[in-house]
Amino acid sequence: MTLRERVRAWRFWPMLWKEFIQMRRDRLTFGMMTFLPAVQLMLFGYAIQTDVRHLPLVVLDESRSAESRALVTTMVNTRTFDLVGPVASRAEALRAIEHGEARAALVIPPDYLTKLARGETAVAQLLVDAADPQTSGSAMSSALLAAQARGLALIAARTGRAPPIEVRVRPWYNPEQRSALFIVPGVIGVLLTITMTLVTSTAIVRERERGTLEQLIVTPIGGTSLMLGKLVPFVLVGYVQMTVVMLLGRVIFGLPVRGSLPTLYLFTVAFITASLGIGLLISTVAKSQAQAMQLSFFFMLPNILLSGYIFPREAMPEPAQWIGLALPLTYFLKVLRGILLKGVGAEALWREGVILCGLATFLLAVSVRRFRKTIE
Amino acid sequence: MSEVAVRTVALHKRFGALVAVEGLDLEIKRGEVFGLLGPNGSGKTTTIRMLCGLMVPTSGTGTVAGFDIVRESESVRGAIGYMSQRFGLYDDLTVAENLRFYSTVYGLHGRERDARLAEHSAALGLTERLGQLAGTLSGGWKQRLALACATAHRPQMLFLDEPTAGVDPAARRAFWQSIYVLASEGTTILVTTHYMDEAERCQRLAFLSRGHLIGVGTPKEITTQFNQPSIEEVFIALQAKDEGAAA
Repeated sequence: MTLRERVRAWRFWPMLWKEFIQMRRDRLTFGMMTFLPAVQLMLFGYAIQTDVRHLPLVVLDESRSAESRALVTTMVNTRTFDLVGPVASRAEALRAIEHGEARAALVIPPDYLTKLARGETAVAQLLVDAADPQTSGSAMSSALLAAQARGLALIAARTGRAPPIEVRVRPWYNPEQRSALFIVPGVIGVLLTITMTLVTSTAIVRERERGTLEQLIVTPIGGTSLMLGKLVPFVLVGYVQMTVVMLLGRVIFGLPVRGSLPTLYLFTVAFITASLGIGLLISTVAKSQAQAMQLSFFFMLPNILLSGYIFPREAMPEPAQWIGLALPLTYFLKVLRGILLKGVGAEALWREGVILCGLATFLLAVSVRRFRKTIE
Repeated sequence: MSEVAVRTVALHKRFGALVAVEGLDLEIKRGEVFGLLGPNGSGKTTTIRMLCGLMVPTSGTGTVAGFDIVRESESVRGAIGYMSQRFGLYDDLTVAENLRFYSTVYGLHGRERDARLAEHSAALGLTERLGQLAGTLSGGWKQRLALACATAHRPQMLFLDEPTAGVDPAARRAFWQSIYVLASEGTTILVTTHYMDEAERCQRLAFLSRGHLIGVGTPKEITTQFNQPSIEEVFIALQAKDEGAAA
């Protein structure tokens, strides 16, 4: 047989052809593969804002002086607070917080100006709705910073001397500190995880449920062609999804690509292989498509919560961090953010690359073994 | 080419403590329509799976279409066609796509394949439904398509595992006509069934009971051997005996 004939006779081709037809006709899967990236991107890109802005603030200004107004202006200028209105009494301020009209109330007492004039420490009070620790944390630190800034400005005005210390912060990689920039690369990782585990495992289980897997095994197709034909289409889908999300991310959120795209696509092979291994593994355990879906969702949860996709891994208790270390997504997120946001290359990410390759080899070896057993 | 399509010698299959097939000696001639009968759990499916090279026998040997079922299972798979009760069709592919897929997997390509499929679907009356999704076909048409998919590559040997379960009588009759056509062209056919009228259409029958071969012969020889008026009575008597032994 010539090489050309051999390539043509490879039974992987009809499998691939069939998979693409089925993929096109299966509306649910097709929808998941096209809409999901867009929806995820919009949802997570816009909705997940870990930086707290525009908390409604009411002010009880009993001092009614230029100084008290200057303090309010400093607070509002932090952009953490939006002034929703003055209130006339403490009771009214409390009611505003209770009713959710305000998340914080600034109380400036009548003696604010007199104390300042006498050179004593003037005291103002911030009442904060601290039910949500993340929001209140940032409200409190913003208020303290604003007060200190105002205080330093007053000292500088009085003494005519510059403040002795100043720390100038330069936020690298994401200077405007936009959560979207941090989240969008993560969306790529999460989407690939969903496609490779959920879509792949249900596609294989469907063949078993309908009796076509049995039919295929009786043909001379061979285990390798069968598995490759089943898996390769999803690898291609994964790459398309990744590209689409990056393009959308660029247009909508101004996602930068600071590093090398070929390096990113290369690292992605390892991640996709590892995730496919998990998908294949799920397909050998699940008895029905519904079970495959449940197992995949069960696997998705730790990925979303513990990989560092949204919540910083540094803030997690140690056992949770260990679980995160077993997830391929944890490493792939570092690769994505490293290449897209920081513009680093393989020299900085080789550790993640090695671990991903290790996980991929292990997961694929285990799942292929198990899969072969189920078809024999 | 040998006149024997299937030969097994002392074929055994054990699953742990359970003996599914014990000491099976079977010989099927080329071009024969051979029926494999027996109650559920008698070892029919296990036997077919071993012959198709899907399952490795615990001991014993066998050949199908001249290939050793253990050492040459790959070649066995290329020489046979297999159709089960579940049909194994892709509901979301059309009739034409199902045919094209299976025939390509069996090694047909290009113009040769297209010519063969045109002739084959015409012979089975599928031409007008080529563009229809397999999932929208009735049971009888699905069965016809499944047979077409299993035979487009002109297998020497065809395994039919309860191929007519859940299909209406008219479709069953048409199906058996196709079977005879295939047999007349030299295809050897091994069929399992629970319909006794179908069993009587076979040239020779083998009865399995609890993994043992307890009778082989033409339908007439079988009824004489078991001293029963019909194959159906043989079957029922056998099943009663099986259940008695199990209890």
